[in-house]
Amino acid sequence: MPYAKRHRLVRSAVALVLGTTALAACGSESADSETEAGPASLTYWTWTPGMDKVVDLWNKGPGKKDRITITVKKQASGDTLVTKILTAHKAGKAPDLVQAEYQALPTLVSNDALADISENVGDAKGSFADGVWQQTTLGTDAVYAVPQDIGPLMFYYREDLFEEYGLKVPTTWDQFAEAARKLKKAAPDKDLTTFSANDSGLFAGLAQQAGAKWWTTSGDQWKVSIDDAATQKVAKFWGGLVEEGAIDNQPMYTPAWNKALNTGRQIAWVSAVWAPGTLTTAAPETKGKWAMAPLPQWDASENRTGSWGGSSTAVTTDSKHQGAAAKFAAWLNTDSEALNALAKESGIYPAAQNAQTSGAFLKPPAYFSNQADFYTKAADIAETTAPSAWGPNVNVAYTTFKDAFGAAAKNKSDFGAALKKMQDDTVADMKKQGFGVAR
Amino acid sequence: MKSTARRQSYGAKRAPYAFLIPATILFALFFALPIGYALWLSFRKVKVSGLGLGSGARKEVWAGLENYTDALTDSELLHGTLRVLGYGCIVVPVMLGLALLFALMLDSEKVRLAPFTRLAIFLPYAIPGVVAALLWGFLYLPDVSPFYFVLDRLGLPQPDLLDGGPLYLALSNIAVWGGTGFNMIVIYTSLRAIPAEVYEAAKLDGATPTQIALRIKIPMVAPSLVLTFFFSVIATLQMFNEPTTLKPLTNSVSTTWSPLMKVYRDAFGEGDLHSAAAQAVIIAVATLLLSFGFLRAANRRQKQEAAR
Repeated sequence: MPYAKRHRLVRSAVALVLGTTALAACGSESADSETEAGPASLTYWTWTPGMDKVVDLWNKGPGKKDRITITVKKQASGDTLVTKILTAHKAGKAPDLVQAEYQALPTLVSNDALADISENVGDAKGSFADGVWQQTTLGTDAVYAVPQDIGPLMFYYREDLFEEYGLKVPTTWDQFAEAARKLKKAAPDKDLTTFSANDSGLFAGLAQQAGAKWWTTSGDQWKVSIDDAATQKVAKFWGGLVEEGAIDNQPMYTPAWNKALNTGRQIAWVSAVWAPGTLTTAAPETKGKWAMAPLPQWDASENRTGSWGGSSTAVTTDSKHQGAAAKFAAWLNTDSEALNALAKESGIYPAAQNAQTSGAFLKPPAYFSNQADFYTKAADIAETTAPSAWGPNVNVAYTTFKDAFGAAAKNKSDFGAALKKMQDDTVADMKKQGFGVAR
Repeated sequence: MKSTARRQSYGAKRAPYAFLIPATILFALFFALPIGYALWLSFRKVKVSGLGLGSGARKEVWAGLENYTDALTDSELLHGTLRVLGYGCIVVPVMLGLALLFALMLDSEKVRLAPFTRLAIFLPYAIPGVVAALLWGFLYLPDVSPFYFVLDRLGLPQPDLLDGGPLYLALSNIAVWGGTGFNMIVIYTSLRAIPAEVYEAAKLDGATPTQIALRIKIPMVAPSLVLTFFFSVIATLQMFNEPTTLKPLTNSVSTTWSPLMKVYRDAFGEGDLHSAAAQAVIIAVATLLLSFGFLRAANRRQKQEAAR
């Protein structure tokens, strides 16, 4: 009897185990099509350098456990990738995961290219500042992406030259203008900085700091306020400085610009938290001579900044494993090991708040070794980022900016007119496409 | 026996078509089909409803001639065309003039080091257009250019080459530098094909080298000149590389500086494939009309001359 009893026990135990595995298999199978992770091989389009190494960590760690393998396909950055995603999506062949800048999300969502992953990544919300997270929801209940990196605006200046010319680090834009004029008087061949029309993101960030909300919705209609009072204030301020010759009007990222920074002909730069990387290549000889301060304010009592750049990880509607893809997106941007690797391999400034002052961010960037509290300060500044409001044709507004403000900067003419053109062209494009537009 | 003969003749009749099949398929797949698709796209447009968020908010609908009327009334496209024509008025005569001059000089009897000189003049053509534009772009920027350094030392005026009128010269210079060699080779090759007896006869008649060049060589290479002119005009209308590469360096080159740049911006900057397709079709038709019109006129003149 003991034998038979044991036999039965074993048998039922086996049955039980089999049953549960079958059940579990059933469970995962039924949900697989929708959300549950399973054996999946996913492609990820990104321009972040070193992302393959970060993805290796996933493929060897959590990914191996869940049998989700990610393959990185390196892409060109920014707008070029948006076009490529939209084209691939038209053919129903977009990759599972894509990197997208925040301002591109409405365009992608409007083309129905991004999946709502709120069910899978809703928990991640707590890791990010509200202003950052809100950019991935577009003000709806859906979540279209997980924030990866951010680019809060700051003020960079040559500490030594500021001292030499007796300039005070400006805390308001009025002081900034004063500093520009004072420098021009003291050294006519030098400029405090330049107004560059070849990167619309900086201007958008400056407008954001001033309180502009370029695209908002009410009901079934978009409201475009690119030439609102706040943006006009920003445009007139910079236009005025260019017109009176207090600052330069040549574009950034040219060999001439590199040289101006490297030789101290331009002694300050309004830029984002990623500036150390750019300065390292643009002005290698001035390493250790720069310092970072918060962005000047419009009102001394305020403490706000805008952002320039920053991107997120999104899952496409073409993906057959949206749940698995979302799981990876959440891991990549909230897991401390992943964020550490992202900082180390890719040099990005994480959107996740707890990562901004840990791991790789305990020490200042090598270029700013003289400023020990660089990243503590940066995290404080990042927290003051004003909310931004993007619309479905940011690309049109941005290209119009480049042409209209490029011409205005060249001719030292009215920036207000250029801003109006930006508004008009953006609205005209939306109307042409058929969007509901309130004016 | 009879049936075999019939089959053979039948097979022989079919053979040419069989040989044509690969070419026809390739032509259809990679030439006719894309053009047809571009035409199809140009008659359609995207219609968004409401906020345009979520699925189904965006539909592709028939647009008729709307994209075409928009393109033809677009002042930017017109201005781009005018800019490119202005540039062409500088490039084409200068480049072909230089190419002809170099070819004649190389062909003259007194020339030394001909192979080396020929290679030296041709070499810039081997450099990709984008690289050439980048290279010259650096040389045009006052802060990094050695030319400006020299001008500065000599106390000479330093013009801004990336602005206003000089911009056209700057762009033309890149094209002339890169294209002269190729055109020179084309003209030089046809110069070499002129039979030596013609020169001998001219010399016996007492013609000087200059007279030989003007009265014999140039008329005899006229067909090559027509060909190079034809190529240059098309290249001018399709101008894209140089201004696109110089654009980041200056505020003077807009994203719609040349017609093709506008097509590129609309398609890939603003995501409007449909109006970009319509503009591309218009540019292609204009180029075809212009170049075939020119070829026709040139042929007619040649026939008239032959008849004389």
